[in-house]
This record gives sequence, structure tokens and C-alpha cells, in this order.
Amino acid sequence: MHSNSYTLIYAAGISIITAVILAVTSEGLKPLQEANVALDKKSNILKSVRITSADRKTIEDTYSQHVTALVVNSAGEELSDVLAEDVALKDQINKPAEERLLPLYEFAGDDGKKFYIIPMRGVGLWGPIWGYLALEGDFNTVYGAFFDHKGETPGLGAEIAEKPFQDQFQGKTIMTEQNQFISVNVVKPTDKVSFGDEHRVDGISGGTITSRGTDAMLKNCIEPYLAYFEKLKSNAGQ
Amino acid sequence: MSVESAPAVQEKKKEALFSKKNIRILRDPLDDNNPVTVQVLGICSALAVTVQVKPAMIMALGVIFVTAFSNLFTSLLRNTIPNRVRIIVQLIIIATLVTIVDQVLKAYMFDISKKLSVFVGLIITNCIVMGRLEAFALAQKPWPSLMDGIGNGLGYGIILVVVAVIREIFGAGTVLGFHVIPQWAYDHGYVNNGLMVLPPAALFVIGVYIWAQRSWNKKLVNVS
Repeated sequence: MHSNSYTLIYAAGISIITAVILAVTSEGLKPLQEANVALDKKSNILKSVRITSADRKTIEDTYSQHVTALVVNSAGEELSDVLAEDVALKDQINKPAEERLLPLYEFAGDDGKKFYIIPMRGVGLWGPIWGYLALEGDFNTVYGAFFDHKGETPGLGAEIAEKPFQDQFQGKTIMTEQNQFISVNVVKPTDKVSFGDEHRVDGISGGTITSRGTDAMLKNCIEPYLAYFEKLKSNAGQ
Repeated sequence: MSVESAPAVQEKKKEALFSKKNIRILRDPLDDNNPVTVQVLGICSALAVTVQVKPAMIMALGVIFVTAFSNLFTSLLRNTIPNRVRIIVQLIIIATLVTIVDQVLKAYMFDISKKLSVFVGLIITNCIVMGRLEAFALAQKPWPSLMDGIGNGLGYGIILVVVAVIREIFGAGTVLGFHVIPQWAYDHGYVNNGLMVLPPAALFVIGVYIWAQRSWNKKLVNVS
């Protein structure tokens, strides 16, 4: 039987040694991991406009050719002194809409078609969820959507990251005929709601909390952009 | 379900590195004492990461790395580890190795790491790893422990890859992403089996594997 002090010193010693090993590993691999995360973000933005590629170079090239990032505020003004990559969505989503910095990605296709991609972030059951929603030039019709999550339950909440769930969003609209914001609602198929099929998608059975989180995230993150969209629309009308 | 008690390694002065006994330690977990199909450990991740062959192979490599080196380090430290905190010490060793695997995957295989998601972290709770430390490495010399670790990791990995090959062929018609089911089969009405990509299919496949294994391996007839 070892003495108490031996046990204590042993436990402290092994903790310190493993902590140092882990710290060194983590710091050493950080640049590579950050590059991966940055590339993943670009790939996800492209996925929301239905462009999928596994090739690093293709993603980088397509992104740099077609996507421009800007930051706006809820009054509809473009903020030229802030860079989109400097805006941490995590810090913005809990602020009141008026104080938020709103990054927006514009995708200009080869055919001259433009898509407006809104980055979103919210909470699921176990941790953060995020995504990108691409709107067509009418600022109403959803062209595509992409969602991902940190640690939702595989097979249940994690289904938001799967294609069948995301494909449901294509062609849905976020405004009513009276031009009121209604969002795309994630609801149970059996829920009786006052709006039509064009404003709803089916939630995930067994993933109710994640589905509700996705629903709340859509509403919270899209609405502040409407002023900017209105401005673009009226500019185009002139 | 049966948990093997480790065969006592006799304290001989000189033993060849690849003596019969050491080879047996390495080979036993592959078939006769497979951690998944005979001891029925580590089933959870075997159900989750076997939809495609590539993630299954990476997961298998991760587990082999963890079982091998946690066995080795625990065995090296076995005479110094205070008995009262040995489980915690084992956990620290396992958790460190698993975190390293996770970090390396995130740096070099980001896509795979995303597919494996939580299951890499959950290697920590894989019963095979700690089971081998308790049952083997705490009482054995480093070399046999390393062999035992590699053997058990491989035994787990084999099942993972076999199940993944079957599930990917029937679920998606591919192996490692290459189409193996010819187009004419699809033209003649063949369809991929949607059940195969769902977790329950892994349970069926492992069940059939256990059945087949017990029919061909006479040693297993009276086990459990």
C-alpha cells in the first residue's frame, strides 16, 4: 500500500506531464486545424448555393471567384470598416438586433444570377448549431440551406446536417404575400399552423429540441437583414 | 459474454520477442477471443461508424493506437501506480492518447474527423481499452502488453471493417467510394438497401458474424 503523500504526488505528477503533452500537441497542430476550419467554412457557404466539392483547390478557387463578403447593420447600411471574417457570429446573435454586425455573403454566378447567403448560429440540444441560408435575388425564395452542429445526437438531432433535411428548404419563402417576415418554420408534420406549406419544413422526429433550435436560429438570424434587403430592392427598382 | 483472465506470463529470463506465447497474445483477440464478437465489448461504436469503409478504417487505426499505447504505458508504470487511484491513472493515460488521436485527425483528416464526430472522443469509454488495462497490462511486462493491445485493437478493427464493407456494398453499392455493383444490376431493378445505412443493420451484421464464427470455430461452441 502506497502512502497518501505518494499517491497525491503521483497523481499531480502524471496530470502535469499529460497536460504538457496535450498542450504541446494542441499548439503544434493548431495552424493546420485552423486552416481546415476556414476551408470548411468556405465549403459550407458554397454548399448553401448547391455547390459541393471535396477538392481543396476547387473550393478555394470557386469561393474567391464568386463570393464577396460584406458587413451590414440592421438599419440596412453597409459597414465598410468591418471585415466579415472578423465578425464572430457567436458574440453577435445574443445582442439586440440594432447593435449587431451582420456579415453577408454575396454569390455571383457565371450566369449573372446573384444569391445572398446569410450566416446563422444558434443553440441545439447539446451545443451550438450553425448554418447558411442562400436567398435568391427576390430576397424571398430560399435557394439552398446548409446546417451543421457541434455535438447533436447522431441519428436524431444530427440529422440537420444531412441532405434530406437541408433539401427541404429549397424553394421555400420567408415572406408572406403581405410582405411580412414569417421565416421558414421547422415544425412537426402534424402541427396545425396558420401558414402555408411554402413557409414550413418538417422537423426531425426524435430531434425536437434541435428542430426548435434550428427554427429559432432561422428567425433570429434572418430578420435583421430585412432592412438591407429592402434597400437593395428599392435601389434596383429605381 | 465472457471476460478473459489474462494468462500468466512466466518470468523467464530470456524470451524471444515473437515467441509462440507472444504470438498467441497477439492472435487470440483476432478470432478465439475477439473483443467484439466473443466478449461483446465496444458494440456501440461498432454500430455507429460502420456505414462506410474509410471512416471505419480510420476509427480502427485510432483504437489500435489507443489500446496499444495505453497498454504499453500502463505496463511500464504498473509497479509505480498507487492501487487506490489506478483507475484514474488509467483514465488519464487513455484520455491523453484519445485526445491526441482527435487532434491529429482534426489537423490531417478533417472530413473523416467530422464523420466520426463524437465517436473518437468516446474511445475513452470503449470497454475494450480499460478492460485490457485492468485485465492484462497492470500485471504483465511491457512487450506482451503492447502485443495484447495491438491484438485487441486489431480484433476490434477487423470486425469494424468487415461490417463496414458489407454495409457499404449493400447500402451504397460501393467500397471505399468505388462502385462495385455494376450499373446493369441497377438497370435491371436492383436497389440499394436503405436499412443497411441505419445503425440497426450493424447489429444484424454483427449478429450474423457471431453466428458464423461460432459455427466454424469449435473452440467457441461452449463459451457463454
